[in-house]
Amino acid sequence: MSKISCQCGHENPYGTELCEQCGRPLSKKAKESDIVDMRYEGASRRSQTYKSSIIDKIWNFFSSVKIGVGIIVAVLLASAIGTIFPQKFYVPATTDAEYAEYYERLYGVVGKFYFELGFYDMYNSWWFKVLIGMLATSIIIASIDRVVPLYKSLKKQRTRRHPSFMKRQRIYGEGAIENTAESFAKAEEELKKMRYNVKTENGAILAEKHRFSRWGPYVNHTGLIIFFVGVLLRGIPGFYVDEAMWIREGETRNIVGAPGYVLENKGFTLENYTKEEAEEVFGAALDKVGSIVKTYKTDVTLYKEKEGSLPGSDNLEKVEDYAIVVNKPLKFNGYNVFQMDYKLDELKTMTFHLVEKSSEASLGEFTVDLSNPEKEYDLGNGASVNMLGFYPDYDGIKDGEPYSKSPVPNNPAFIFQMNTPEKPTGEKSFVAIRQTLEVEQNDYAIKFAAAETRNISGLTIRKDKTLYILLLGGLVFMIGVIQGMYWQHRRIWIQEDADGHVLIAAHTNKNWFSLRKELDKLRQSTALPAYIDRQDPELDKPEQEGDEEIWT
Amino acid sequence: MVRKKNKKTIRLISRTALLLILAAIIVYAITSKDKVKVLAEGDKAPDFELVDLEGNAHRLSDYKGQGVFLNFWGTWCPPCKKEMPYMEDVYKDFEAKGVHILTVNVGEPKVKVELFRDDMNLTFPMLWDKNKTVMDLYNIKPLPTTFLINPEGKITKVIKQGMTEQQIVEYLESIQPK
Repeated sequence: MSKISCQCGHENPYGTELCEQCGRPLSKKAKESDIVDMRYEGASRRSQTYKSSIIDKIWNFFSSVKIGVGIIVAVLLASAIGTIFPQKFYVPATTDAEYAEYYERLYGVVGKFYFELGFYDMYNSWWFKVLIGMLATSIIIASIDRVVPLYKSLKKQRTRRHPSFMKRQRIYGEGAIENTAESFAKAEEELKKMRYNVKTENGAILAEKHRFSRWGPYVNHTGLIIFFVGVLLRGIPGFYVDEAMWIREGETRNIVGAPGYVLENKGFTLENYTKEEAEEVFGAALDKVGSIVKTYKTDVTLYKEKEGSLPGSDNLEKVEDYAIVVNKPLKFNGYNVFQMDYKLDELKTMTFHLVEKSSEASLGEFTVDLSNPEKEYDLGNGASVNMLGFYPDYDGIKDGEPYSKSPVPNNPAFIFQMNTPEKPTGEKSFVAIRQTLEVEQNDYAIKFAAAETRNISGLTIRKDKTLYILLLGGLVFMIGVIQGMYWQHRRIWIQEDADGHVLIAAHTNKNWFSLRKELDKLRQSTALPAYIDRQDPELDKPEQEGDEEIWT
Repeated sequence: MVRKKNKKTIRLISRTALLLILAAIIVYAITSKDKVKVLAEGDKAPDFELVDLEGNAHRLSDYKGQGVFLNFWGTWCPPCKKEMPYMEDVYKDFEAKGVHILTVNVGEPKVKVELFRDDMNLTFPMLWDKNKTVMDLYNIKPLPTTFLINPEGKITKVIKQGMTEQQIVEYLESIQPK
């Protein structure tokens, strides 16, 4: 593809609308138009010109603003559909069949399609990720394709433009003035006062300000890309952790998602406001709802694996004691452990009496710690109880044996062997809540005396190394918005042509009103021809003084 | 002309490179499903140290050069219970052949595990993961889960269900040192 030579002698890349240096219209479209299209300075956008290889075709596809808008609309539509029914994360199911059943049962045929089409787990679906990836690609390529030519042509622009360029500007005026040289000197001075950068070139002035505002959209897109990078990094192990765990009072447990750290729960506290202390603030509410929670608190001790020791070993060192309350997480090494949930009153210990059935006399009592039961309980005076079986979540007899359906002590059952001086070989008894079974008739029995409960803390473990990247992305995004919104790139061209006529033209990327105000201010102090805003001539004409005959 | 051709090549290369990078990122985003590293076949089995019910410490690295059949289990889980006698049957034979059966209880009360062992007459080492550290390290979700670790310390298979005696023998043979 050949270059386009302008009459001024400059060689322009193929596809250029307006000569990069003098501004002469080069394309047929630009020549025929009254007001030239100043987008990208009439520079050749490469995407629109080269269509040779498959790579160029893909590039051109993503460079298109229409395609970009299409992708955004698709993302918006998909995201909206994803909010109609709950996402997979919020559904109480584990297998695909259960999910399918859940959506169909609750939402009928529509729910079935919702599941089948993958909307139920949309944000993890491949097609949603592809859409987001295409959006990012479109943003990057469309920006590169526009910012490079724009930068080049703004850099190459000459002070003196060809009259055909001037005449095709939206704001244009021409006329004869008396002392041209003096007026030009004055204009230069005034424009500098208005904080324009002024360049002169024998009988031509180019005044320009706030060119940086043109980079606003590209800065903004850079911010978006940084944001995408942050989100992408969340998928890499080590950057982002969001886990939850239950930990019982007294339990010491590995912290889910934080390898090398172990947490001990020293106690969970749930406190309500009393009527006395909170009468003023919560009095009415307390009367209405009964109770208002003051504190959810988990007292913990954090341990760390010692340097050089392996996971699972008891080689731990204490890091700190801490009281986790809502919004005051335990912090260590980039992790935050939040108070999130609780369960009250799980069975912790059970106390039993060993009694002689005939006399109902107690031979002593013993306490079983359900999280750490013992094999033998010595009651003194020759009596003891052996633990032969322990079923924390007893759920009937299966295959001739007691069966525990989980390791959680929801319904503890035991097989005890009672050894007494009278029966040294022992008697066996199966003891469950409100149930006792004996193989033979026993002389002794185990009687439940008391139970203690404990609470369980629900904690959330979070770590987010991408937070500052997201923040930076947001910041850059906003800088771009401000840069592009609150400043405008304004240019004023003034020149004397070969016949001694003075031409004036001006351009801004937005806010034409302010540009006209600046021109009016300039004309108050400097003798310059009247101008017209050709997209709104009626507005300006009456306000201007000077030779108006050229407009009529 | 030469300059022009040069420019065209640079354009083609740079555009191809950028498109390939973006495509690679998208593919990565689709394939990386888990935020935590889940162990898969071919990964190196992470080392750990646990004590058995007798208080003897076992390190995975102690068994370097030998096969390890690492079985995570709980007393309340019926398929775990079902495969225990199968493992007991073959445990001694394979010990001599350089394949070790290590079972890891997922932090139940120690007495409960001891009662279970005595009840079933099991003699192989039962490691006790009281803080659930190794369970989290190996990302155990369903029970039983079994890892086959070859003499090089690599995971050759992850089995997330109960096994028959026949399968157990085949699996043990698959990690036998040559």
